[in-house]
Amino acid sequence: MSKFMLIMRGTDAAKEAFENVDFTEVLAAMGTYNESMLKAGVMVGGEGLSPEAGLVVDFDQTPPVVTDGPYGETKELFNGFWILDVPTIEEAAEWAKRAPLTPGNKLEIRRIQGVEDFPADNEWVKKEQEWIEHGYREQPQTDA
Amino acid sequence: MPDIPASARRAVEAIWRIESARIVATLTRYTRDFALAEDLAQEALAEALEGWPAHGVPANPGAWLVAVGKRRAIDGWRRTALQDERYAQLARERELDETDAAADVPWDPDVIDDDVLRLVFIACHPVLSREASIALTLRTVGGLTTEEIARAFLVPVATVQQRIVRAKKTLAAAAVPFEVPPREEYPARLSAVLSVLYLIFNEGYAAASGDEWMRTELAREALRLARVLAGLVPREPEAHGLAALMEFLVARFPARVDRAGHPILLADQDRTRWDRALIARGRAALARADALGRGRGAYGLQAAIAECHDVAASVDDTDWARIVVLYEALGRVAPSPVVELNRAVAVSMAEGPATALRLVDELVAAGALAGYGLLPSVRGELLARLGRPDEARAEFARAIAQTANERERAVLEEKLRALRA
Repeated sequence: MSKFMLIMRGTDAAKEAFENVDFTEVLAAMGTYNESMLKAGVMVGGEGLSPEAGLVVDFDQTPPVVTDGPYGETKELFNGFWILDVPTIEEAAEWAKRAPLTPGNKLEIRRIQGVEDFPADNEWVKKEQEWIEHGYREQPQTDA
Repeated sequence: MPDIPASARRAVEAIWRIESARIVATLTRYTRDFALAEDLAQEALAEALEGWPAHGVPANPGAWLVAVGKRRAIDGWRRTALQDERYAQLARERELDETDAAADVPWDPDVIDDDVLRLVFIACHPVLSREASIALTLRTVGGLTTEEIARAFLVPVATVQQRIVRAKKTLAAAAVPFEVPPREEYPARLSAVLSVLYLIFNEGYAAASGDEWMRTELAREALRLARVLAGLVPREPEAHGLAALMEFLVARFPARVDRAGHPILLADQDRTRWDRALIARGRAALARADALGRGRGAYGLQAAIAECHDVAASVDDTDWARIVVLYEALGRVAPSPVVELNRAVAVSMAEGPATALRLVDELVAAGALAGYGLLPSVRGELLARLGRPDEARAEFARAIAQTANERERAVLEEKLRALRA
């Protein structure tokens, strides 16, 4: 099995349409969707991003320039993600198709790299694995 | 079967893996006949494989598959109705039901979880052989194809098909009901389910030969099924314990074979390659088992032992004293000479080889492990550490003679050579 990220993007129009929908209905639809994936033993994570404007740090110049986000010209906003643990990308796509999303939204599916994608002897790769185990907290220096 | 593009076939198979349990469960409730429901589901799948690549996947594939299954059931009843009025009645009634059920959700969310659980209990029913239960569970609950099951178990496709046909006949002959077992049978029946999942896992985990990729997938499928089961019976500590055990063991997969595909012993694995996210999940599952406050069973204890290894940075850093205690507890809830042998290995790490050798010699004297290759190999290891190379060599030679596994033999021969040097 591999882990895949379903990356949710939506247009401004989709965002506006979303604001007119009853939020309890949205919560119920998303909740039902997430629950179906939990019950199937495939969902391992997910977060939603706030719709309010963010900032963009642009590396075209040195030092990088911070501007009001999101991207200016881009039409689609990154809204959130799910992480699924399934054997094939086709199965990830099949789950993605069931997301309660409306026109103007897209889900991009990408495989998440595992430890096997990185060199075994790199100390930072090793450290990263410890952080993952401890929920991205540095391990205490002394034993309990 | 027509030529189907591989990508379209994979898409249909992906849908099937997600939907099969609910489809078979729903059709079983509908027809009140598990064997028939399984046939209908397979026929619906075949129809999907033929139609979808050309005409596209329907908006709600699960509902489509259930509808096809129901339609075929009604057709079958109609044909039988020519001989028997009861079936004609059944066909008419069910057809009326269908016109009411226009909703695009093919199952009632309030009953489907119970139905899937009933399905798990049927597939793992004690009237079935272990092989039959394994094949039936993987096909109906896991949504694997017969071909995938055959590949995973290194048997011909026809063998798997025969096992499934036979299993369905056995269930029909025994008139096994579609139900969650009554309270008095529940513990034994749940334990049968857990052991089937554990056997599926082991078949993949103990990968000594065959298609490494498929076997790894088999162990991961067993883990997924254990997660599903724990969700269906959240009040059962051993369901969480089994899920935890599998999470901890699957976490080691990235480190368990070398580039040539040879297995690497636990002591020699690069622990930085272990999957930390799975270890964290294993600890969470074990915590859920413990939170139920009914103590740990055999799976919970094995999970706790696996956890000791998974959280240790090396063999030397491992809390061997704790592992000894856990094996003692395991030996009481699930007495077995293999557990005693493992306890002896843990004792050798915690207290030294001399104490451990006494335990192993007791096992040799009891004779329960005669012919078990690990016994001489552990004894040889202990003798070598105690500085008794001649006896150690004799034990390793015995172990080599007893193993059928080539890679294990290679490891043992290496140990023998090291003693000569």
